[in-house]
Amino acid sequence: MATEILMPALSPTMEEGTLAKWLVKEGDTVNSGDVMAEIETDKATMEFEAVDEGIIGKILIAEGTEAVKVNTAIAILVEDGEALDATPTTAAAAAAPAAVEAPAPSAAPVAASVPAAPAVDVTPDWPEGTELVQTTVREALRDAMAEEMRSDDGVFLMGEEVAEYQGAYKISQGLLDEFGAKRVIDTPITEHGFTGIAVGAAFGGLKPIVEFMTFNFALQAMDHIINSAAKTLYMSGGQMGAPMVFRGANGAAARVGAQHSQDFAAWFMQIPGLKVAMPYSASDAKGLLKSAIRDPNPVVFLENEILYGRAFDVPKLDDYTVPFGKARIWRTGTDVTIVSFGIGMQYALEAADKLAEDGISAEVIDLRTLRPMDTPAIIKSVMKTNRLVTVEEGWPQGSVGSYISSVVMQEAFDYLDAPVINCTGKDVPMPYAANLEKHALITTEEVIEAVKQVTYR
Amino acid sequence: MAARKSVKKTNVSAEELTEHYRSMLLIRRFEEKAGQLYGMGLIGGFCHLYIGQEAVVVGLESAAEEGDKRLTSYRDHGHMLACGMEAGGVMAELTGREGGLSKGKGGSMHMFSKEKHFYGGHGIVGAQVPIGAGLAFADKYKDNGRVTFTYFGDGASNQGQVYETFNMAALWELPVIFVIENNQYAMGTSQQRSSVTPDIYTRGAAFGIPGEAVDGMSVLAVKDAGERAVAHCRAGKGPYILEVKTYRYRGHSMSDPAKYRTREEVQKMREERDPIEQVRAMLLENKYATEDDLKAIDKEIKEVVNQSADFARTSPEPALEELWTDIYA
Repeated sequence: MATEILMPALSPTMEEGTLAKWLVKEGDTVNSGDVMAEIETDKATMEFEAVDEGIIGKILIAEGTEAVKVNTAIAILVEDGEALDATPTTAAAAAAPAAVEAPAPSAAPVAASVPAAPAVDVTPDWPEGTELVQTTVREALRDAMAEEMRSDDGVFLMGEEVAEYQGAYKISQGLLDEFGAKRVIDTPITEHGFTGIAVGAAFGGLKPIVEFMTFNFALQAMDHIINSAAKTLYMSGGQMGAPMVFRGANGAAARVGAQHSQDFAAWFMQIPGLKVAMPYSASDAKGLLKSAIRDPNPVVFLENEILYGRAFDVPKLDDYTVPFGKARIWRTGTDVTIVSFGIGMQYALEAADKLAEDGISAEVIDLRTLRPMDTPAIIKSVMKTNRLVTVEEGWPQGSVGSYISSVVMQEAFDYLDAPVINCTGKDVPMPYAANLEKHALITTEEVIEAVKQVTYR
Repeated sequence: MAARKSVKKTNVSAEELTEHYRSMLLIRRFEEKAGQLYGMGLIGGFCHLYIGQEAVVVGLESAAEEGDKRLTSYRDHGHMLACGMEAGGVMAELTGREGGLSKGKGGSMHMFSKEKHFYGGHGIVGAQVPIGAGLAFADKYKDNGRVTFTYFGDGASNQGQVYETFNMAALWELPVIFVIENNQYAMGTSQQRSSVTPDIYTRGAAFGIPGEAVDGMSVLAVKDAGERAVAHCRAGKGPYILEVKTYRYRGHSMSDPAKYRTREEVQKMREERDPIEQVRAMLLENKYATEDDLKAIDKEIKEVVNQSADFARTSPEPALEELWTDIYA
């Protein structure tokens, strides 16, 4: 019986990939374990092995095809002597396990789309008429590091798999080739140790960029981030500090369970001496990372794995930076203010689109940096809309939203027509099961529901 | 003193030996004064004295060159004085005054000097070890021939980050000297009760880092070993470990009654192996100095220490605006 060979999901967040190369041709016999093709994901090039034995009856997707969606039939496998036109069945065992668990539609709008809320009255961060180039967050981060490394010899990158592997999430792709092993340094798996070494290098006059493969592993290095990096300027009476960047993926990816899925925004935001950035778009990722590298203070730069592959307009400028402490208004509105940052912006913007269909006009603010935080922008907006909903992926107790709520209560209490609602992740460790994970995360529907509550609709 | 009996003739110059004497005595008298001020309530919080360990830092500083770096734990007053930081600035930091090296905002455990290449003053046990390797990393990156003296104790040597650092320092051949000041007690826990291997310097062997044990009560032995370590590092051969066997006479901090060891143990060490008495005896034995000469030095040191204490008492408390400065550069 003929079976379809499906495009496999080769990473937790993969939605599509490039069929780089076929290593078999029509008519070839394959056995279980034979490498049939090379598939390029956004992270790596992977070999794709046969699970069942049979004959390659037909190749459906030519090599070199880009953006092949997970679960697309890429070839048909027939049994010996079987005609090609036999009705194919899906070779579930070959490809499907990870694929059927691909992020639910609400959590994953079409990748590489235009920014979710383009037609808004924003104050642009770049001069009018600047050429815009669709760039992924991944490329934007790489470009930011490369540009700063070109202009300052003291800037170097260290972390696990940043050099020869080209980055566990391919953020540092190409940097080793351009800057060499002296400045792009693979470390052993030893967060506590290499973070301390990086802090020492910063004391010694260099400008380290420390990549944490994910911020979950930064827990092992927390002492150096907080006690060694953030406090030294103060403790030395201003004599020396740690000009450096701690960056990496933060927050939930997909289906990686409790120890690999959490948002540390509220943790780091609390520490005087640290600056904290958490960009959503590619232009902010680039502009903020360049500012972070130049900053004479330690900066925690929280990225998001799901956003890495997302493309946005990035201005084509020689030296594009975004200042810390300046929120971006993605869309103006009159009925409610939705404040978010990082991947939370995706839910905020989707909710605003849907609310507009119901005649509710939402103003959407992207904080971009959490420390310093542009609370004046929030207050100004609340004075206009009189209602506020905050959106974040982290846990509710001691959340970024609860801090914003307290600031708004103290500074704009008389302007509020409804209690502030904080939309957050659920107060549970991240479960593995697909359905439970979906419920643990914040959703667009929850944001819409919160807005309806504060607007009494 | 018993130490005097075992003294031999030396070929170290009178100037050098006198200088060691002076440096060690400054630390001893300074720490005694700090203990006094603590008792008077002028110094608050934690205060860890270096009395008994003076030969370690004085010996190693005499092996250092201008531009070399050093950092240590919270038991840091001796290191600061030995690398030339002003006694008044150190003492005024202990009293939390404006004239302190960190404007009163760091305290006993957290002081720094860019000018003297002193990188702290670290309050978290063991945290200074990777930081020291990081300073060496920066020097190697700049190819400037400097070395970093990274001091830590027998207690810190059981922290995991020490071995993470050994691995990377050896892997990247960093010019760092790991100085383990083994004073035999990690706070109140003796080394026998906390470490399965009595010779900590051997722990570098797993990483191919050479190490040696050094008599930490002998300033000349420490200096010799320091010179070997410096030569190794400056030649680009990577890190080196010195386990300097020393002894702290006082408690872990001012609030420690030191019930975990006998009075006799401390007394024996003071009488037989005191680092300052050893040098004093050598100076006299070799006729490098007379009792009167040494008395003059004692007087001079006492004067410096008294002045530092006066400064530390009279320097005003930091202005309230200082609460809000130096958080961001």
